Amino acid sequence: MSTVAVLVEAREGVVTQPTFEALTLARTLGTPVAVWIGEEPAAAEAASLGVYGAEEVRVVAVGDEARLPAKAAAALADATGDAAVVLMISNFVNKEVATRLALATGAGVVVDAAGAELVDGHVETMQTVFAATWNVRTRIATDKAIVGIRPNTTQAVPAETPGAAIVVGVAENLPEARETVVALEPVPAPEGVPLAEAPVVVSGGRGTNGDYTLVRELAELLGGAVGASRDATDEGWISHEHMVGQTGTTVTPALYVACGISGAVHHRGGMQASGTIVAVNIDPDAPIFEIADFGVVGDLGDVIPQAIARIKEVRGA
Amino acid sequence: MRILVTVKFVPDLQSQRSFTEGAVTRTGDDGTMNELDENAVEAALQLKEAAGEGEVYALTVGGDDAVAAVRKALQLGVDHAVHVSDAAVAGSDVFGTAKVIAAAVEKINDEAPLDLVITGMAALDGLTSMLPTALAAELDWAQLTLASGLTVDGSTATIVRHLPDAHETVSASLPAVVSVTDEANKPRYPNFKLIMAARSKPVTTWTLADLGIAPESVGAGAARTVVVDASPRPPKEDRTVVTDTGEGGVALADFLIERGLA
Ligand SMILES: Cc1cc2nc3c(=O)[nH]c(=O)nc-3n(C[C@H](O)[C@H](O)[C@H](O)COP(=O)(O)OP(=O)(O)OC[C@H]3O[C@@H](n4cnc5c(N)ncnc54)[C@H](O)[C@@H]3O)c2cc1C
Ligand SMILES: Nc1ncnc2c1ncn2[C@@H]1O[C@H](COP(=O)(O)O)[C@@H](O)[C@H]1O
Repeated sequence: MSTVAVLVEAREGVVTQPTFEALTLARTLGTPVAVWIGEEPAAAEAASLGVYGAEEVRVVAVGDEARLPAKAAAALADATGDAAVVLMISNFVNKEVATRLALATGAGVVVDAAGAELVDGHVETMQTVFAATWNVRTRIATDKAIVGIRPNTTQAVPAETPGAAIVVGVAENLPEARETVVALEPVPAPEGVPLAEAPVVVSGGRGTNGDYTLVRELAELLGGAVGASRDATDEGWISHEHMVGQTGTTVTPALYVACGISGAVHHRGGMQASGTIVAVNIDPDAPIFEIADFGVVGDLGDVIPQAIARIKEVRGA
Repeated sequence: MRILVTVKFVPDLQSQRSFTEGAVTRTGDDGTMNELDENAVEAALQLKEAAGEGEVYALTVGGDDAVAAVRKALQLGVDHAVHVSDAAVAGSDVFGTAKVIAAAVEKINDEAPLDLVITGMAALDGLTSMLPTALAAELDWAQLTLASGLTVDGSTATIVRHLPDAHETVSASLPAVVSVTDEANKPRYPNFKLIMAARSKPVTTWTLADLGIAPESVGAGAARTVVVDASPRPPKEDRTVVTDTGEGGVALADFLIERGLA
């Protein structure tokens, strides 16, 4: 079986859920190895990668230097020379890393994939495009394949037989980069589940009028993350990290609740592939209702508190 | 300040977008300049205006209809328009497209050096956001991507990059490839005078031969990925919209509970 390398994503040293999803997918494509770029991982974190099947944890100990895509790609190239497939989580930075890695290795790339499988020895990926109105299947024609996989599209399942998760160091051989990071201002980690990987997202738009109390309360009750439209982030009602849409975060939760959001095509492009879509909007002609499994035409100030009370009542019973 | 802006011809977001033989349908009246490239044009015009001198080029790679993208850029106020059009480019993947754009950039750069190439952060048809990086690598220029702010001071460009875990400030010496987000600026509207002037401005058209690119090194044959199937998703069934007459919240909760979501 060929080697399938998975680029680990860690947040403050802790492996993220999408990494376990990617490892789960990697097991269907070959023998998974994990690639860790950055600070040395803690033993428990390396072991957790084994639980999801990683036979090796290849560590490129370059600290913060790998923030630049050119350097991250070089580190990844050093660690994945034997891999037929390199999987990473599809996000803006990894798209840049994937592009550089592809140019260095001749690999074909698909990003934003919702799944991947081997067909006649080639990797084929599944994606949705045009605001999730089309399904596309793409074959990677080259011997080496790079796939950016969207969070929440594979269910993370521990391996029947855990991988050995042997930690191996990879000599770092980073080139000079043309760019310099001259300042770095950390963004505080999101409260609760990060947007991209949340199983439930409750979003508020202009219709909230800036008050996110109800949106937050419902999100918390459902174990989800808080999202927003661009109008809401532009108003400064909520920080930019919460923006869902084509130029914000793309989400594919099992449940997406849109409160006071009209459903502009830019917004839909980032959430239309969600499992179940629910909308509350005072305007019966709002486009969001065209894609909602369940819609309530009404004022969110009435509908959301009543829904919260009802859920609590049923749970308490 | 000499700047080239890349502009892509894409199907209008509001139109019925579709695939034909494994590629995005890009023909006819439903096409337009990629909306996010308006931010790229705006960034270039602002830098030129601030410098008080300079020239801005708009470049597109695509079929006959793609000329509409550079025409739109002319209406916004760019000085020159270049359209690379060649049947052999059709079906290119991002690496083929980057190779063609890089050759065109080098051709212009040979006449007089460019300081910057500015692109949009993503083309709203494929949304891959890979081209800016591929272009920087192909040119071996600095890569300053996903800029929500851009300043140029002498021979150094500096951008601010909002990533989920940190806001980065990244600098590099010119020339550089910069991609801008929709946070970078507010694109201007074309005024009547510019629309009229744009009509008579020439568009330079180049083929692969003009760029010295072997046809077989780009296009569908050289693409590393092939769309093997594209089909519209069936519309959702079982959709319900209720009007709140006092029980809307209960109906919503019951729906979630029934589906096992609450
Ligand atoms: C290049 C570009 C990229 C963009 N990218 C994105 C993106 O990534 N994400 C994004 O979200 N947007 C994006 N936009 C903006 C997008 O086009 C819309 O303008 C935006 O999504 C609208 O936000 P909204 O739905 O909150 O506001 P509106 O469109 O104003 O809708 C507000 C809705 O709230 C309803 N409402 C009002 N009061 C109540 C109430 N009391 N109870 C219930 N409902 C109520 C109204 O009926 C209305 O439908 C982009 C735009 C451009 C040009
Ligand atoms: N065929 C093309 N012609 C001109 N510019 C392009 C083309 N393809 C991509 N671009 C530029 O690259 C940016 C990012 O596109 P993409 O990487 O395809 O999402 C776009 O906003 C354009 O500025």
